[in-house]
Amino acid sequence: MNWLDTIVQGILLGGLYALFAAGLSLVFGIMRLVNLAHGDLIVLAAFLLLVLVSALGLNPFVAALVALPVMYAIGWGLQFLVLNRTIGDDILPPLLVTFGLSVVIQNALLQGFSADSRRVPVGALESASLQIGPISVGTMPLFTFLSAVGVIVGLNLIFYRTGLGRAFRATSDDRATAGLMGIRADRIFATATGLAMVVVTIAALFLGTRANFDPTMGPARLIYAFEAVIIGGLGSFWGTLAGGVIIGVAQTLGAAINPEWQILAGHLAFLLVLLVRPRGLFPRALD
Amino acid sequence: MTHETLSSSSSQAPATASAWTVTTRNRASSVAALLIVAVLLAGIAAPFFASRSVLQDLFFILTMLTLAQCWNLLAGYAGLVSVGQQAFVGFGAYVMAASVALGGFDPVVAILFGGLAAMLLSVPTAFFVFRLHGAYFAIGTWVIAEVVRLLLAQWKALGGGTGTSLPTGVARELPGVRLVADWFGVRPAQAADMVYYWLALLLACAAIGFAYRLLRSKQGLGLAAVRDNGQAARAVGIDPNRIRFAVYLAAAFVTGLAGALIYLQKARISPDAAFSVTDWTAYVIFIVVIGGIGTIEGPIVGVIVFFILRNLFADYGSWYLLVLGLLGIAVMLFAPRGLWGLFTDRTAIQLFPVRRILAGQAKTKDIRGSD
Repeated sequence: MNWLDTIVQGILLGGLYALFAAGLSLVFGIMRLVNLAHGDLIVLAAFLLLVLVSALGLNPFVAALVALPVMYAIGWGLQFLVLNRTIGDDILPPLLVTFGLSVVIQNALLQGFSADSRRVPVGALESASLQIGPISVGTMPLFTFLSAVGVIVGLNLIFYRTGLGRAFRATSDDRATAGLMGIRADRIFATATGLAMVVVTIAALFLGTRANFDPTMGPARLIYAFEAVIIGGLGSFWGTLAGGVIIGVAQTLGAAINPEWQILAGHLAFLLVLLVRPRGLFPRALD
Repeated sequence: MTHETLSSSSSQAPATASAWTVTTRNRASSVAALLIVAVLLAGIAAPFFASRSVLQDLFFILTMLTLAQCWNLLAGYAGLVSVGQQAFVGFGAYVMAASVALGGFDPVVAILFGGLAAMLLSVPTAFFVFRLHGAYFAIGTWVIAEVVRLLLAQWKALGGGTGTSLPTGVARELPGVRLVADWFGVRPAQAADMVYYWLALLLACAAIGFAYRLLRSKQGLGLAAVRDNGQAARAVGIDPNRIRFAVYLAAAFVTGLAGALIYLQKARISPDAAFSVTDWTAYVIFIVVIGGIGTIEGPIVGVIVFFILRNLFADYGSWYLLVLGLLGIAVMLFAPRGLWGLFTDRTAIQLFPVRRILAGQAKTKDIRGSD
């Protein structure tokens, strides 16, 4: 039953990676922008939660509720004031500006919080687990996975069932025509990035409570998120979830064979998919 | 009118040609050529009047300049924004270390091995990352660099994850070190620093020279065409992927050489340092962006600014990178062509002119593009 246990743990870990990736997938789907600071924004949100929990003594879940509008505002402002200036035919400006942003956030956090590892305490939930048949599942990992599914369902609903989603899709398809219909692309983009930061905050809640984090771990989260998006296929939220699960399972299987191979196994799974299905498993967007 | 002049002149003397020529030279560049020769001579002579610490600083500047020229060629000309050049720095360094420590090769031969190995690595890398476009290409190169780092961290003979030191005395085995020490009466350690410096100078000049020759060649013109309008370039028979692949390979080779040289001088190697995204990619990107992307002069300006900032802020730790990042963002947003772009917009001075100018009334010799 050891292998079954490993695979289940991997699937649950994949939920966390899908949460990392969902924001990236959303932003890319709407404005073809890849935010290289995505991982660092997750870590930033985790530190925001840590401050709220330790300074105000809030429950982590309440702290997340407080952090949501803050992160939404940060995302909205970042997109409206900075990133919108970089969007265009040239791919260089958005890449280099977000790369600079990544370095800035990382070093600002290092300056403010030092390089020490931190953790957001969640009390008894940390070690709580459920016995499902022959395997034991941690409550928090299970909750992480269910949240990932919830986020994916929510994003799909927003994207395909609401006026905002229609505006997202219209702007993504043809910015000029959408503009003629009265949609202001700059505000739509800002709203999309704000929404991505809401997902980032949820991801940060589970990142911060699951294990230790420090200011320099952002880029690695970006890479996992990116791998999940590419494996799933650009523009598909469910594909992103599947991609996260594949990375998660590959990592836990790799770790079960040799602890040093955990990260490597995830990367190799990604390269394998890239080799066999260059456009991912469930491609939707053409790019 | 113009057309008439042209056709009449060619009908009169079809063999000797037209009133038009294409040239890249301008008055400033002719002056600059003299300036460059002077700087080069001063550079070669520097070890005789500069102290060891200055030489080590210059070594650092020259190797960063080499890396910056390579990245600039990729991102500024070939449209390949790589965030994974540390793969080639690290791989070149590791192959050099293995050749010296395990194979017992001569250090200079080991550096060449490092460069060649990096070029070999770039073939499978390109196979994967060329399937991705734009930003995804960028992160794809990063993933490959991580994979190579994690694999080399398993290499127990070279210390695994903690790394290893090169055998002591490897610096003295460098060809010419004993010669320099005897001729100029300096201690072997200083002689080694001099030889390292000359090697770095040679590499930086070779990188600049290579980029300059490439951009003025037919292939360079094709590269610019692909960058400016991929479809139009394809329509006149340029294969964008072939030319990009060639540039990617060449950049990997030079980056590998630089990595091998850097770690030969450091004499200590570990996977985390050799594959550091901050040291070998973030710094390099900021150097090129601040100096001016898509020009040969840009990285030179950038590396000087970078070095000055490093000396000013070296004691402030992460503040330094913070300032560098903010500066990079500001330049990208408000002066996307960098400091050199600002300068050249006002003065029209180009030290390394690669832009072709249509000039009138010149001799036949120039038409064939002798220069």
